[in-house]
Amino acid sequence: MSILKLEGLSKSFGGLRALRDVTVEIPEREFFGIIGPNGAGKTTLFSVIAGQLGPTSGRVVFDGQDITGWSADKVAGAGLVRTFQLMRPFESMTVLDNVSIASHRRFRSTAKSRDHAAEVIERVGLSQYLNKMSGTLPTAGLKRLELARALALEPKILLLDEVLAGLVPTERAPIIDLLRDIHRDGVTVMFVEHIMAAVMALSERLLVMHEGAELTLGVPEDVVQDPRVVEAYLGEDF
Amino acid sequence: MSATTESPRGTKLPSALPQRTHDGARRQYIYLAVGLVVLFFLPFVLPESSQPVLVRTLIYGIMAVGWNLMSGYGGMFSFGHAAFFGVGAYTDAVLLTNFGISPWIAMIIGAVFSAGVGVLIAYLCLRYKLAGSYFALATFAFAQMFLLLAQNLELVNRTEGINIPLLPEDSWAMLQFGQDSFNYYWIPLLLLAAAVAVTIAFVYSRPGRYTQAIRDDPVAAESLGIPIMKYRLITVALSCAITSIAGSYYTQYYLFVGPEQAFSMHVSTDAIVPAVIGGVGTIWGPLIGAAVVGPLSELVAAVVRNPPPFLEFLQGVSGLDVAIYAVLLIVIVVFLPKGIYGTIRERLRK
Ligand SMILES: Nc1ncnc2c1ncn2[C@@H]1O[C@H](COP(=O)(O)OP(=O)(O)OP(=O)(O)O)[C@@H](O)[C@H]1O
Ligand SMILES: [Mg+2]
Repeated sequence: MSILKLEGLSKSFGGLRALRDVTVEIPEREFFGIIGPNGAGKTTLFSVIAGQLGPTSGRVVFDGQDITGWSADKVAGAGLVRTFQLMRPFESMTVLDNVSIASHRRFRSTAKSRDHAAEVIERVGLSQYLNKMSGTLPTAGLKRLELARALALEPKILLLDEVLAGLVPTERAPIIDLLRDIHRDGVTVMFVEHIMAAVMALSERLLVMHEGAELTLGVPEDVVQDPRVVEAYLGEDF
Repeated sequence: MSATTESPRGTKLPSALPQRTHDGARRQYIYLAVGLVVLFFLPFVLPESSQPVLVRTLIYGIMAVGWNLMSGYGGMFSFGHAAFFGVGAYTDAVLLTNFGISPWIAMIIGAVFSAGVGVLIAYLCLRYKLAGSYFALATFAFAQMFLLLAQNLELVNRTEGINIPLLPEDSWAMLQFGQDSFNYYWIPLLLLAAAVAVTIAFVYSRPGRYTQAIRDDPVAAESLGIPIMKYRLITVALSCAITSIAGSYYTQYYLFVGPEQAFSMHVSTDAIVPAVIGGVGTIWGPLIGAAVVGPLSELVAAVVRNPPPFLEFLQGVSGLDVAIYAVLLIVIVVFLPKGIYGTIRERLRK
């Protein structure tokens, strides 16, 4: 059964058509990769799905419910959670409190929400920063914080927008392992990423976007052979 | 949802997991209790003539604590808190003079009423996505509307204002005592302590923590499942109710309220200035600010009334207090950008 259906999703910013008629069905527990050049509309797609932006036309069906036009908090509450490519920490708070804000959804008491948050923080490897103010984290730390907050909501489907960007290879490996764990635990993942090694290692299917539209969709090994993909995104060297 | 993201490693907690929140709130309550006890005895050591300054300072304190919830913790900068102060002040006067309702009950009714008005105003502003200075200007405009309303409404005696009749004897129910009774100081002291206690409870609670997250980044907060409008309006309601109580007490203490005393712009600045001087978005900042502004405003008034020879040109000058606040604010913003308390706390943490 598909957990997420996108039916003819389009989004225009004035004259700019950032998304054009995207139609995709994502089965439960799939690891779904998305690549495409800068400005292809990947982040916009996430925003339209997760409710930060309303689509100009089209529908989003999540878990059998039409969630088109739902507010972002309602979508997150239903179990569809996204991270932000440009990190958005709560800067007046520690790392622990940033994550416990998300844990509060399940745990009313501050103490319990913090216990849960601490577990999640350990999982993403941020324990050493537990009581640091979130604003002081380096990029790699902020990326993990984005991931930790999303995980703390215990989503059914997780939309990850370039969580590996800005991480050096030694920092990537544990996050890639973690994503594999999360996926194995039963979470559906949509994964936007420029780092092809990770995309190839994790994705079960891969969507290539170009100028707001689907260029191609298929198993990663086939997709990267596609001459149009090579031309539009990967380049000859890949 | 299944037990999806429970990791096998997750059950083992890092050993030094801090419980700062609870300790934090408890520590703040202890400071509050100690402060309350000390301040309780203040009238015994100060000369009788200082009572009006003390009361004025306490009223500033309540106003600023209220303003700080919405503008400091909630990030919704209000330049119109006169509206809520004034609604409290007038509700008290109208209910008492027309229906003989006890000021204590009127205080509660006024607070509920102010909260409703505040929620309505904030909802309209937020609904139309006003933020920052636009939000501040909109709240200012609403407060000015209340000023005009009071000046033109027969029910509240238009520009003449409402006098509270003096009672022949002391009455707790009607909140009137002999002229220099310490009760006039102790009552607002307790009201202020209650306002601070509410702030502490709120700041460390789930709704309060959500409110601070929304202030820091509304988009991120919303994506974590927080209904941001709901929590913003809760914050506004609390803020307006507290400031309203300051207004109700004002009417009772001065036994008079008019449009200027209730709704003019300087009432809004009276709520803002102590919080900004002391430290916006901190529990103790507004109190420290009030402790500076209260005596200072009295000093300025005294100088204008009766200037020393070398300042004779100040005799009867109006608006000097505003000029001094302005200078003080500039000095604070330049040298202590987080306010007196906010800056000190930050230095201590490092
Ligand atoms: N809020 C907005 N208002 C106007 N234009 C926007 C807005 N958000 C995105 N765009 C435009 O829409 C297009 C798609 O942007 P988007 O951020 O979705 O691309 P992307 O695929 O995520 O790119 P990148 O790989 O650089 O993150 C770009 O041309 C961008 O400039
Ligand atoms: Mg992007």
